[in-house]
Amino acid sequence: MVHPGPPPATLPATSEADPADRTDGDRHTDETRAKRSLLDPTIVRRALRDAIVKLDPRVMVRNPVMFVVEVGSVMTTVLFFAGLGSSSSAENVFAGLVTAWLWFTVLFANFAEAVAEGRGKAQADTLRAARTETVAHVIGAGGALVDTPSSELTVGDRVVCEAGTVIPGDGTVVEGIASVDESAITGESAPVIRESGGDRSAVTGGTRVLSDRIVVEITAEPGDTFIDRMISLVEGADRQKTPNEIALNILLAGLTLVFLLAVVTLQPFAVYSGAPQTVLVLVALLVCLIPTTIGALLSAIGIAGMDRLVQRNVLAMSGRAVEAAGDVSTLLLDKTGTITYGDRQATELHAAPGVDIADLAVAARLSSLADETPEGRSIVSLTAERYGATGENPAGAELVAFTAQTRMSGIDVDGRSIRKGAIDSVRAWVVANGGSVPDAIVEVANEVAAAGGTPLAVAEGTRVLGVVQLSDIVKEGMRERFDLLRSMGIRTVMITGDNPLTAKAIAAEAGVDDFLAEATPEDKMALIRREQSGGHLVAMTGDGTNDAPALALADVGVAMNTGTQAAKEAGNMIDLDSNPTKLIEVVEVGKQLLITRGALTTFSIANDVAKYFVIIPAMFMVVFPHLNELNFMHLASPRSAILSAVIFNALIIVALIPLALRGVQFRAAGAAAILRRNLLIYGLGGLVLPFIAIKAIDVVISHLGVK
Amino acid sequence: MTAHAWEQLAAIVAIVAIAAPPLGFYLARVFGDGPAPGDRIFGPVERAIYRIVGVDPDHEQRWNVYAMSLLAFSVASVVVLYAMQRLQGHLPLDPTGAHSIDPALSFNTAVSFVTNTNWQNYAGESTMSIFTSMVGLAVQNFVSAAVGITVAIALVRGLTRDGARTIGNFWVDLIRATTRVLLPIALVAAIVFVSQGVIQTFAAPVHAHTITGATQVIPGGPVASQESIKMLGTNGGGYFGANSAHPFENPNGVTNLLQIVLMLLIPFALTFTFGRLAKDRRQGFVLAAAMFLIWFAAAFALTSFESAGNPRLTSRGVDQSMSVGRVGGNMEGKETRFGAAGSGLFGATSTGTSTGAVNASHDSFTAAGGAVPLVAMMLGEISPGGVGAGLYGILIFALLAVFIAGLMVGRTPEYLGKKIQAAEMKLVVLYILVTPLVILAFTALSVAFAGPRSAILNHGPHGLTEVTYAFTSAANNNGSAFGGLSTNTTWYNTTLGIAMLLGRFMLIIPVLAIAGSLARKKRVPVNAGTFPTGTPLFTGLLVGVIVIMVGLTFFPVLALGPIVERLGG
Repeated sequence: MVHPGPPPATLPATSEADPADRTDGDRHTDETRAKRSLLDPTIVRRALRDAIVKLDPRVMVRNPVMFVVEVGSVMTTVLFFAGLGSSSSAENVFAGLVTAWLWFTVLFANFAEAVAEGRGKAQADTLRAARTETVAHVIGAGGALVDTPSSELTVGDRVVCEAGTVIPGDGTVVEGIASVDESAITGESAPVIRESGGDRSAVTGGTRVLSDRIVVEITAEPGDTFIDRMISLVEGADRQKTPNEIALNILLAGLTLVFLLAVVTLQPFAVYSGAPQTVLVLVALLVCLIPTTIGALLSAIGIAGMDRLVQRNVLAMSGRAVEAAGDVSTLLLDKTGTITYGDRQATELHAAPGVDIADLAVAARLSSLADETPEGRSIVSLTAERYGATGENPAGAELVAFTAQTRMSGIDVDGRSIRKGAIDSVRAWVVANGGSVPDAIVEVANEVAAAGGTPLAVAEGTRVLGVVQLSDIVKEGMRERFDLLRSMGIRTVMITGDNPLTAKAIAAEAGVDDFLAEATPEDKMALIRREQSGGHLVAMTGDGTNDAPALALADVGVAMNTGTQAAKEAGNMIDLDSNPTKLIEVVEVGKQLLITRGALTTFSIANDVAKYFVIIPAMFMVVFPHLNELNFMHLASPRSAILSAVIFNALIIVALIPLALRGVQFRAAGAAAILRRNLLIYGLGGLVLPFIAIKAIDVVISHLGVK
Repeated sequence: MTAHAWEQLAAIVAIVAIAAPPLGFYLARVFGDGPAPGDRIFGPVERAIYRIVGVDPDHEQRWNVYAMSLLAFSVASVVVLYAMQRLQGHLPLDPTGAHSIDPALSFNTAVSFVTNTNWQNYAGESTMSIFTSMVGLAVQNFVSAAVGITVAIALVRGLTRDGARTIGNFWVDLIRATTRVLLPIALVAAIVFVSQGVIQTFAAPVHAHTITGATQVIPGGPVASQESIKMLGTNGGGYFGANSAHPFENPNGVTNLLQIVLMLLIPFALTFTFGRLAKDRRQGFVLAAAMFLIWFAAAFALTSFESAGNPRLTSRGVDQSMSVGRVGGNMEGKETRFGAAGSGLFGATSTGTSTGAVNASHDSFTAAGGAVPLVAMMLGEISPGGVGAGLYGILIFALLAVFIAGLMVGRTPEYLGKKIQAAEMKLVVLYILVTPLVILAFTALSVAFAGPRSAILNHGPHGLTEVTYAFTSAANNNGSAFGGLSTNTTWYNTTLGIAMLLGRFMLIIPVLAIAGSLARKKRVPVNAGTFPTGTPLFTGLLVGVIVIMVGLTFFPVLALGPIVERLGG
């Protein structure tokens, strides 16, 4: 892009980096932020310690399945020590081993949760470092600067932040413009622009001003700033169970009750049959039957899902929002920046009859020199590159800057008066000068609009010279993404301020399912309400203050970090990269979270079949030797069989921790295909795997001498 | 299975496959909105009944009012039936001179018929007067079946309505189920039964002189009229103690086949009703297929085990095969006119439909064979289950299957566009907890205490099966007895009565609550991301969930009962 004229103020060139230019925002931050692997040694060390701390029954009781295992472990421990004096040594070894593995089962579950929390905790530590105490320069009564510790700021204070200083608290820029390094929060090293007014006025405490000077009005009390919220979010300090997690916990508790019942009533049956069982064996049976695998990993899966979003620089305010993301069936995507590159570009000039295209190019160029909007700049570069128009700001020229009121820019030089702008505005100007707009121009303008472009007219005095065509450039690969979304059952709706004709053309080109043209904030709200009343869950992104109500209404509202404070408070997620395309990834993370949860639930339940076939014959083989026919795996002995089942039950938790943390592989596809695949792997696999694994464990431990 | 058995099975499948869909579509119109066939005939009758009982047919009820109406009706029915038995000596139509019945048995029988269980701790012909049988028991055979249909229809409404507060009017549903469905079909079936030799008489018992010179008193009664609703309403309570093994109830192979068809008819038809009301016939097919698979597996297994004969005789070289002049198979406790095939198909159907009628002694089935009806009941009576109860039972398991596996498509679980959340899961869990709780707890208590244990006639594994069977039958409202257990005691009359009550109403209340909760929900539109519940894959998943989640609960007790017995312990 060629820079016309002097660069605005003293902003570094990188500030022009539009969010839309970074479609791979997450990959970008991968490079800039030191990423911790899931099983980073420091995380594992801390998790090992936490696993033991979490044995506290007051903590365990929140997870009914694992609490039952802990109670069972305590019982077998007591029985083990009580039996040390009286039982045979083989029985003691067996009791000791079963007890130990029951404790391992509990510890592995705690470890899984602790590891899942680990990365967030490490990240929270980094953020805490950014939250250091600074001295704020508060503008006191009479305008004098008063040095105040950042911890004593109150809402409404105005502080001056100069280059090189840390912004002391969250606030809104009320004066000035500056480049700010927000890498402490976003991990993004390129500075961003913050300026008073408009949608880029919010600044975050803990970030650093790199250039210039701004006055910030504090909007959050110390202790309740964005960084504080972020710390508690990534750390999961006040993590609430999500609705589906609650429902699943009810099922797991119910299953635990059913199996508790089956095991408790088994003893009278066993006594009746002349084969009373030891409490140890009954506890072992119970632990193997209740859904420990999913019970152990459920919270880890939830935490890891939130963490996966954090890795993509998206902060979810609640797990509920992540879950809702999986359910989303309508995506509202802003055209600009999401579907098309941020700004429209001049792509074509159409000369009026009798006008030389070169003259038009020169006129268009001259009239755009004062237009600092991206559209204006694109005209300057188009005329130079395609039509060979050159020439810089002529001496003595009077530039007429573009304003929202006039909707025109232009130049007055050497008695010539050239204007460029919206057709209506230029028409009014030409008519006022005593001229008129030829029909041919109106026709061309309509054609351009019909094709999805924006026509701008260029006129000199009473003559209209021609039309500049501005077009949206649809980002590459969008159509494929929308096709994938459609196959997942998600409808995309493009939101644009364009007229319906233009919107339709772009919608067709990008391949979205629907569009909302000439969208006002009210229209957006109405659309969301309409979708929701039809049973759809709606996701959207937004950054402006007038997006706030819609963000709050949407089921998943992703606010851009560059956006206003109002937008950030209304949304239930914040994208630190401010990349609206990421909404699609948010949906995928939500789906992956749910799939992982479902896959491990199915796996856990399917496992029970094998465990029954292992333990029940083992329990009663002594009294009913014929039951050995059910022992078709030919496990070495009743004790080795029971112990093998208990060991499998514990080890499978560890084995599945990586899967729980990373999430199962997710490929965008229709529900039927995904279900078939996952049922095969986790349902059928869950049936078959334990038979093989338990047999293998039995071979090993019987060789080690468990008889 | 013998060729003979396959022929019977094929005939049953063919008749049900032809008859069930149209009946299901008819039911959909009876319980759907808008006019239904037969309005001209039934409309005036129903309106008269509404006026008499003071029901406004246009006033729909929320789930809790619906449930309260149902409970009030059931409590009143129990009270009336109890009083009738206690007072039957003073009531008319008593040619056999039956006496009043003691409180524990009266309670047990009243509960048994109101809950559609028809557990009978007595022999009908000698204990009940014709009055009690016809005005009490037979009426309950109709209305208890109708109650089952109302619950199923209420649940279907809950699933298919969009943001509604009500799930229908219990009284309207009850009356329409009785007048438009049960009465007409039962009437036709009764006439067919009479044509085949099932008796229908108010005459006093016949005194016959046998060849050996003894005198035999042969009681008769209005049997055909009760037989048809006994099967059609999946009730199972026989006029005679011998139930469908008695030649007056079930005289030949044709009536045997017809009885099996009658048991299967409405439960399968209701899946088509469901498909029609859900405006997606595949949703109904999927449930019917799951029901059929389990029913077929049970029928196949039981008939095969019984046709093969007693393995202990086989191991001693006894030929038990079928030949001219020999029925073949394990014939202990079976009628020669039915044989292993007729008894196996009947037994599997009767226990898979919560009917509980028997035409053979289940206690005398082979060890493996005896496990089949037991397991069919333990699976929660969904193959195809009781009238109405089968549909709402399998729908609850469908919710469970969707909840477990539904997440695997990357959405929170939904069924027919209704989100399955914590509120529904609480109720589903309650539903799946109640039956195992009742069965296992009462069975455990019964074998733990000396008193109830002494009622067991066979010791060892078979005895455990006998007790387990009794409570499984009661809690699942089946009503068939394994035998070998003296259950007409205060302990068993009471505990079995409680088991029947809990097994009926502690399931119906959660089901209606689920219906209410689902009806209120907005429907999520179906699209490519929706968990597919109308595919064969879902049938497989559903069967898997039922077998693993429900069946496995009982694996320990099965291992110590029939499995040990079969393996020869």
